[in-house]
Amino acid sequence: MILRTKLFGHNYEFKSLREVMAKANEEKSGDKLAGIAAESAEERVAAKVVLSHITLEDLRNNPAVPYEEDEVTRIIQDDVNEAIYNEIKSWTVAQFREWILDIQTTGSMIQRISRGITSEMVAAVCKLMSNLDLIYAASKIRIIAHCNTTIGLPGTFSSRLQPNHTTDNPKGIMASVMEGFSVGCGDAVLGLNPVDDSAESVARILKSFDEFKNKWEVPTQICVLAHVTTQTEAADKFNAPIDLMFQSIAGSQKGNEAFGLTAQMLEDGRQMMLKKGTSTGPNVMYFETGQGSELSSEAHHGWDQVTMEARCYGFAKRYQPFLVNTVVGFIGPEYLYDSKQVIRAGLEDHFMGKLTGLPMGCDACYTNHMKADQNDIENLAMLLASAGCNYIMGVPQGDDCMLMYQCTGFHEAAALREILGLRPIREFELWMEKMGFMENGKLTPLAGDASVFMKK
Amino acid sequence: MNENDLRKVIEQVLVEMNGAGKEISEDVVKETVLAASTATKVEEGFIPDVTEVDIRKQYLVEEPVNKEDYYELKQYAPCRLGIGKAGARYKTDPMLQFRAAHSAAQDAVFSDVDHEFIDKMGLLTVQTQCDNKDVYLTRPDLGRKLSEESAKSIAEKCKKNPTVQIYVSDGLSSAAVAANIADVLPGIMQGLKSYGIETGTPFFVKYGRVGVMDQVSEITGAEVTCVLIGERPGLITAESMSAYIAYKATIGMPEARRTVVSNIHRAGTIPAEAGAHIAEIIKLMLEKKASGTDLKL
Repeated sequence: MILRTKLFGHNYEFKSLREVMAKANEEKSGDKLAGIAAESAEERVAAKVVLSHITLEDLRNNPAVPYEEDEVTRIIQDDVNEAIYNEIKSWTVAQFREWILDIQTTGSMIQRISRGITSEMVAAVCKLMSNLDLIYAASKIRIIAHCNTTIGLPGTFSSRLQPNHTTDNPKGIMASVMEGFSVGCGDAVLGLNPVDDSAESVARILKSFDEFKNKWEVPTQICVLAHVTTQTEAADKFNAPIDLMFQSIAGSQKGNEAFGLTAQMLEDGRQMMLKKGTSTGPNVMYFETGQGSELSSEAHHGWDQVTMEARCYGFAKRYQPFLVNTVVGFIGPEYLYDSKQVIRAGLEDHFMGKLTGLPMGCDACYTNHMKADQNDIENLAMLLASAGCNYIMGVPQGDDCMLMYQCTGFHEAAALREILGLRPIREFELWMEKMGFMENGKLTPLAGDASVFMKK
Repeated sequence: MNENDLRKVIEQVLVEMNGAGKEISEDVVKETVLAASTATKVEEGFIPDVTEVDIRKQYLVEEPVNKEDYYELKQYAPCRLGIGKAGARYKTDPMLQFRAAHSAAQDAVFSDVDHEFIDKMGLLTVQTQCDNKDVYLTRPDLGRKLSEESAKSIAEKCKKNPTVQIYVSDGLSSAAVAANIADVLPGIMQGLKSYGIETGTPFFVKYGRVGVMDQVSEITGAEVTCVLIGERPGLITAESMSAYIAYKATIGMPEARRTVVSNIHRAGTIPAEAGAHIAEIIKLMLEKKASGTDLKL
């Protein structure tokens, strides 16, 4: 591989593939914080030029963390289909990019190739894509998964109902659950981030969700986003009904250790779900990721946040998840400075997840110390829906009073569906029609009236 | 402009529009003057403050099926519920309430604490290695270190080896400092005084992260160090403040050695009461010679 080029006659020389990968990124405050970002706009382009000539084989042979040191690397490398890899290993990143974008290249062709690639290749091609490239390429990759219902079918757009509460108050949680369902939110999952992380409390909330789901015959899946071991304990000790098992994941073994997680724990969790879980399956896992988490736990091994994020997806794929989403603006301005960087990262993550073969969604969000506001996040949601994103989040009016950040509100999925001619998951739409909340793909006057669920 | 002046202008315009010499009817002039004067009339009074709306009590759904029961249920949630809809979008009032809450949060993060206020509180101002807000937000490492000049200034001007060193920092909310310090700081001082515990010279650290307290502790040689620092604002309040307290803090010590009193604001832990509470914790810390997870409260 050649690590040198000239731009306007000026020499640019990089010491390693790692340096090329970092400097080829669009500007991110997290890469600057790590001290690995391009030092000028010109150097950034020079790195992109060099990267465009790198072969997929070079990328496979230079994983971010050595195979011997890191179980995430081992999972990504071991899961590569060697026959498919051999077909494409001589491609440059530029060729790979143009093959993905080619009109003749279909979504199913991309899904086949994605079995022969590693996360470093996914990250590399992402770095050569413009924002519209990322949308254009992702829009043809439809990844379908099944838990109780089927997510990701063409023409559908889903949302997670996130009824978070500052004290896990059962009545307060149900108030949000009712209002969310009444505007068509929650076909991806009804999923709560708990304040109280004890197995007993997690089980109690899962039972209340299960009861509501059964009483009103809502075709969806339920989840409480505690640690895998806590959810397993909730199922074992307290008979908690679990449709989807959640876990936050990172792109390196050390990063996962910061979450108190090993690959074995995830495998055990999945096996527990297949044995004791309450859903149809076969996809029973739910993962969340986000650029910058490896750097924040000093587990990035000197690599950039896009590459580390791609490795989360390579790791996630092993466990055949039903849902994966990046929580793209949650981490703060030291990793993603402003709306421009968050929008870019959201589109990158969605594309990289889809190219990896994951049923990808996105929590389009921001914190109050970022230079972003609700308009920016609505822009991102619109771009993601255009890109064929499987789902976004829904909280009351976009304000999550428990996690103290803002994301998309209950109403956003409904508006985006109406604008783009998309529908909820079919069974869920039929249920909404039965409840009187939806007609011909649009909300009815009754939609938004949560008190329907309290009818005497 | 009074009505007569307005009338003259309108007559003139109408004549010009109609062409010179043509008759303008008195009715047309009257009507136009009336329309123009009502359109520009500014009335007395105030539009109600959207930030004073209690979102638990607000219920905007039109003709709900079971209003009483859902209204009662939503009292258990601090979220923006019962907000109805305008098409598949939000009604105007909740949209403006949200924007107002976010504007307060943004202003709290991105504006600096008023220097006059700090002077009035009698606090010496020092600064971390961050030169401005942007550096502060993107370089947490620099927000944990005092500038060389500031470190020197604390060493020279502050009391050496006090039992307790208290200081104030902006953190992520200048509004929290402005709203709470005048009550919390004297509250702690009086509380400690009543226990007979001696305190050092209080000061203000601009662009500070929590971790700078470790360096402060090393410079002053205090037994217990306590920082009052602005929290990252949420939409419920932008004025929330935390106290981080540690026994013999040192640079590089585990985070678990800090004791935290959070959520200090008007609608949380009342600032005046927070002072006494913090003083009590400090007294216990001195007795047990421990803080954070090592200290059972």
